Amino acid sequence: MTCRVASAGSVPSSPTARLGSRPVSTTDWPKVQLHVVTGKGGTGKSTVAAALALALASRGKSVLLCEVEGRQGIAQMFDVSPLPYEERRIASGLPGSEGSAGEVYALHIDAESALLEYLAMYYKLGRAGRALDRFGVIDFATTVAPGVRDVLLTGKVFEAAKDGRKKGTSSKAGQQYDAIVLDAPPTGRIAQFLNVNGELAGLAKAGPIKKQADTVMTLFRSPRTAIHLVTVLEEMPVQETADGVGELHQAKLPVGGVIVNLVRPRDLSAEQLDAARNGTLDRDGIEADLRSAGVEVDKVLVDGLLTEAHDHAERRALEESQRALVHEIGVPIYELPRLPSGVDMGGLYQLAATLREQGMA
Amino acid sequence: MSRQRTRVGPLASTGEVAPTLDIDALLDNPATEIIVCCGSGGVGKTTTSASLALRAAERGRKVVVLTIDPARRLAQSMGIEALDNTPRPVAGVADGTGSLDAMMLDMKRTFDEVVESQASPEKAKQILENPFYIALSSSFAGTQEYMAMEKLGQLYRDAKQSGAYDLIVVDTPPSRSALDFLDAPERLSSFLDGKFIRLLLAPARGPARIMTAGFGLITNALTKILGATVLQDLQMFVAAFDTLFGGFRQRAQKTYELLQAEGTAFLVIAAPEPDALREAAYFVDRLSGENMPLAGLVVNRAGIRPESELSADEAMAAVERLARRDGGAEVTAGLLRLHADRVRIVERETGLRARFAAANPRVATAVVPALATDVHDLDGLRRIGSLLAGPAA
Repeated sequence: MTCRVASAGSVPSSPTARLGSRPVSTTDWPKVQLHVVTGKGGTGKSTVAAALALALASRGKSVLLCEVEGRQGIAQMFDVSPLPYEERRIASGLPGSEGSAGEVYALHIDAESALLEYLAMYYKLGRAGRALDRFGVIDFATTVAPGVRDVLLTGKVFEAAKDGRKKGTSSKAGQQYDAIVLDAPPTGRIAQFLNVNGELAGLAKAGPIKKQADTVMTLFRSPRTAIHLVTVLEEMPVQETADGVGELHQAKLPVGGVIVNLVRPRDLSAEQLDAARNGTLDRDGIEADLRSAGVEVDKVLVDGLLTEAHDHAERRALEESQRALVHEIGVPIYELPRLPSGVDMGGLYQLAATLREQGMA
Repeated sequence: MSRQRTRVGPLASTGEVAPTLDIDALLDNPATEIIVCCGSGGVGKTTTSASLALRAAERGRKVVVLTIDPARRLAQSMGIEALDNTPRPVAGVADGTGSLDAMMLDMKRTFDEVVESQASPEKAKQILENPFYIALSSSFAGTQEYMAMEKLGQLYRDAKQSGAYDLIVVDTPPSRSALDFLDAPERLSSFLDGKFIRLLLAPARGPARIMTAGFGLITNALTKILGATVLQDLQMFVAAFDTLFGGFRQRAQKTYELLQAEGTAFLVIAAPEPDALREAAYFVDRLSGENMPLAGLVVNRAGIRPESELSADEAMAAVERLARRDGGAEVTAGLLRLHADRVRIVERETGLRARFAAANPRVATAVVPALATDVHDLDGLRRIGSLLAGPAA
């Protein structure tokens, strides 16, 4: 895509920025404009979505990161105050060798605001819109009427992805983004969430909201969209990921990649892992090495190291079997390490760089 | 200021050790009739509830465990992979005076059953076939939580009557927020009491004069947006459902009271991660606000503190010294790196837990170390159970 000059002043624009150049490595998703990130609870899907947004911005793109579940996770991760229903600039990408880094904007979408905006935009429902609110319809429609909520949330994402927005401006209609990353609901609900017109079918068989849902679906089903699934190498998340991919295929929604998150360090080779598991590691050699490195050696230490190695080897074996299952899904796979000190801003940039190196962005 | 006090960082605050949660005392106490396991998604609620139920059964309680969404192999090993919304005995529980039944919640079926029990067959049929009911019963945010509560109420009433169980262990639905479970009945009530619902009911109930100008305005707007048939369907649904509303509200209220009763114990489940512990803190706060009996906090998947005192920095320094030598020590370097990694994780988790304890000093806590393998059979559940009970057990 294009390398644009950053609109905010924090990053100096580089005269060497070339259009369309990609000297480091190519991305696996050149045509994708909307990246939807889902995952089972506890797998770190919001972290991955944020890292992906940063990674895309590091390619010089201007990126919009959206959340739809109302828990202000983006604000917490990026350490900014709670986000309004408005596109806000929250970070810049890593300036890479390609020249200037792009920017990450964030948008917190809530159904109530989306409905009011929708009514104002399409129906010029100034007075009636307020009347609806007074009669509790807004409340009703957004918390109860099933499907409507999802149409509103996805509809707003669709708005942001629409052509015809202006680039690099902060006009009311919003600027045009090179990429949008959606921190979506969890895997168990993702097909239902994106398959908005399917969900509505039983309720609204015709009428404007149905039409709106159909329009949104054309974007979601197009090659401009990719739905990525985040997992960890444990049985249940992997199973759920495989099921999720199946459901997405069935709903004819475009599956992107699988991001394997929280991967344990791989400091030991396969043979060493076997030895660790079977208890055949060379204890004397290890003791000698430790002494030569100036470590005070006692039984507790060496026993401890060997036990840790054994546990690690067992976990790794389990991870390998789950990794094999992930490979069977047959989509591109990206791996992110578990950061021992947790994820902060620095950690997010680290993860973004890792995603970029692997060609996800 | 205080001169003697050392700097208090997360690691220095060793004074903030949470009291230990005595799981066996909780399970053995005959006054404990219901245990509710709450927590945000992905923290191991289902495994914890199943482990608690098994341990209680093998300690002599007559237990039924209500699970929501167990991993496939775990469900198979408990014999509940088929959804039939009735508790089934679990095979392989150690002989004794206790027993263990398990069931998996079928949300839609539970809802249907409530409708069928409350309405005449004709009316029930009308409701069950309405598109709004179908959507509401299968995807209304909160239906799962509400139905888990409904089922808990049913199980409790049945248990009291038949004496089949003396302990019910409840797993809660996998939601982003642990609070959703407590909010569900309230949300349903506010839906049923909503102005809009009452408006829709107005024409069916009374004189046409209620059809105010305002109502005309909104029906017009809704027809414009949704199409005319939708409004008709909705009106039919609300009218048919109207007679059930009272019953629904009453049941929700009763179950809510049950949760406040003395025989109920809430366990908040968390992982040693900032998000999960933050959710746990909200929940603890909420429980005390609602006078609901909190038994304690279970921290799952904790890193295991190494026995040796070699610090992460020392280990990494040794790795560097080994690297300066001419090879040959990859294994040792690898082990040291693993050790450093583990120490860092444990330190971080300990810090997070200490912060939680500092803010919630009276919450008894049980810490379950991470297992090297996944749990999907009764033996695994037994292991978790004994880890929950602590090293003394």
